Amino acid sequence: MSTVGSLEQPVEPVPELPQGGSAGASPWRLAFRKLVRNRLSMAALGLFAVIVAVSFAAPLYAHHVAHTDPFASSLTGKTEVNGKRVDVLQQGSGALALGETPIGPTWQRNYFLGADEQGRDVAARVLYGGRTSLIIGVGSALICSLIAVVIGLAAGFYGGIIDGILSRILDIIWAFPVYLLAISIATVLLTQGLSIGPFTISASSLWLPTAIIGVIYVPYVARPIRGAVLSVREKEFVDAAIAQGASDRRLMFGEILPNVIAVVIVLLPLMIATTILTESALSYLSIGVQPPAASWGTIIDDGQQLLYSRPWVAIAPGVMIVLTVLSLNVLGDGVRDALDPRAKLRVKG
Amino acid sequence: MLAFVVRRTLATLVVLLAITILVFLIFFHTPGVDPARKMAGRNPSPATISAIKHAYGLDRPLPVQYVILMKKLFISRDLTSYTNQGELVVPTIVAATPVTLSLVFGAAIIWVVVAVVMGLAAAVLRGTVFDPILMMIALIGISMPVFWLGEMANLITQSRYHDSFLFSWVPPLGYTPFASDPAMWFKHLVIPWLVLSALYIGLYARVLRAELLENEHEDYVRTARAKGLSERRVLLRHTLRTSMITFVSLFGLDFGVLVGGGALLAEVVFGLPGVGLLTYQSLTSLDLPVIMATVIYGAFFIVVVNAMVDVAYAWLDPRVRPA
Repeated sequence: MSTVGSLEQPVEPVPELPQGGSAGASPWRLAFRKLVRNRLSMAALGLFAVIVAVSFAAPLYAHHVAHTDPFASSLTGKTEVNGKRVDVLQQGSGALALGETPIGPTWQRNYFLGADEQGRDVAARVLYGGRTSLIIGVGSALICSLIAVVIGLAAGFYGGIIDGILSRILDIIWAFPVYLLAISIATVLLTQGLSIGPFTISASSLWLPTAIIGVIYVPYVARPIRGAVLSVREKEFVDAAIAQGASDRRLMFGEILPNVIAVVIVLLPLMIATTILTESALSYLSIGVQPPAASWGTIIDDGQQLLYSRPWVAIAPGVMIVLTVLSLNVLGDGVRDALDPRAKLRVKG
Repeated sequence: MLAFVVRRTLATLVVLLAITILVFLIFFHTPGVDPARKMAGRNPSPATISAIKHAYGLDRPLPVQYVILMKKLFISRDLTSYTNQGELVVPTIVAATPVTLSLVFGAAIIWVVVAVVMGLAAAVLRGTVFDPILMMIALIGISMPVFWLGEMANLITQSRYHDSFLFSWVPPLGYTPFASDPAMWFKHLVIPWLVLSALYIGLYARVLRAELLENEHEDYVRTARAKGLSERRVLLRHTLRTSMITFVSLFGLDFGVLVGGGALLAEVVFGLPGVGLLTYQSLTSLDLPVIMATVIYGAFFIVVVNAMVDVAYAWLDPRVRPA
């Protein structure tokens, strides 16, 4: 479904290059320049960089600003608000004084966004959760791209029976709705983890959701790569390399791969956006990241019980997801416009 | 055309077979996972486990196990939940289907109408400030997790502004069948429809705008203009019609995915007792037979709908038939 222009044919005449820039500028340089000139994309990149930076600064925030341990429950803890000491979990109001409500946003250094049901600092958890979500999102997108490149290259280059088998496997995974596939694999692996021969992934490891999400999206990337490989393989420079006696490996990695890698680069921001959304959905359904680890999805899930009393527990991680995914989508549009405006790419969520 | 239908049907059967095998392998033969223990739910007794081993033929060869599972799913339909005391799985799924259909149909109507209007508006207003604004709104819609948007909608309509004149009509979360009270059915579903359609409005408005702009330079559009047709007629009768081809085929796929299980998150957040909520409840109790059955039925539905879309597409557009 995607027409992926190879970089041999400049997709459109590049207007008014800065002086002296046109001579010998590689297609990559041209694309990069085009991307940098796109203010919206640069703003999106900046926003994404800020989100990554604050998420990875989570331990600093927890230790030096909020002075809490965001993974230890604090059911009887107290904190200081406007000079007064108050309970983190407050006794329910009303005649019966039933139940406990965690403290709401203090808008101060400690419990900035309030506490969750276990008295843990929500602001610090959102930052830690962001770290988890970003690691899983980026990690699974990279795993997915790597597998897809290998499959796409092998299928497109060798053709014949290898292509037939690989393409059928991709077709089947493709036909399988992503959420159902993820749910199936996650429920089976959830309590016992995965062990194939010497490799063992424990059930609480972050590698588990990362691997599951990475695998389910492989066809969405491998198919366009295979298409690009098929068209590049017929190009004259490949014939020239064959005439020089190049080995299969050199043809694949030296000649063809550099010319199809644009497909992966165009897809990558959109892939990360999609994998972050998928991770949050799986975690919300309690089959993604497992406690005590937190991700944006698990925090939204935690916040569901407190939605009407302490809505910030659910609002904050959701806002972070929207900002992250939005910045990646805008960036993805910019990268696509810069590298290949004709590509029609759509990763289903 | 007949040859195409036959070929497509055969391909569909192969895919269905492959999907059942894949599900079978995932649930019964993931390395290091004991399926009997998984099927039995949390903290099973050894007696339950050995009963399951016998019922599913887990001590017999692989092909036999596969056939037993398929028989339980499609022929005798007596797949039983071990968590919920012998509840029959397949009838439960069938009973939940109308809820999911109600949710998805309503949302689909909203998203198609709004997306067409938005896409057209953005294409017509190209070059003005409104095009980027509309497309940014579309992009925000795509970037929101549906379950979070649903929680926010609940926060506003059920709690914070429930007592204002705007949302006092919103009933508590839940579902009323259409047959028993159509007005209540509608009230229960309005907010879920809007929330579920937000993502798809964004996707489809963007797709339609891109198609409209691409088709604008086609020869037949120039011919239409040369004939002296009004701009509106050119847009609605010529450009829009061709642009809807992609739109319609995407719609078929997304509709199938939603009915087949994609509406899960929306059902969970709004407490709508459809197939998705059923799946979710069995996820939280790790009720494997139910999960397996909802997954297979969902995948089947999607694959069959896809095949129907392809056939309809070939019927509309003869150019794709030989493919």
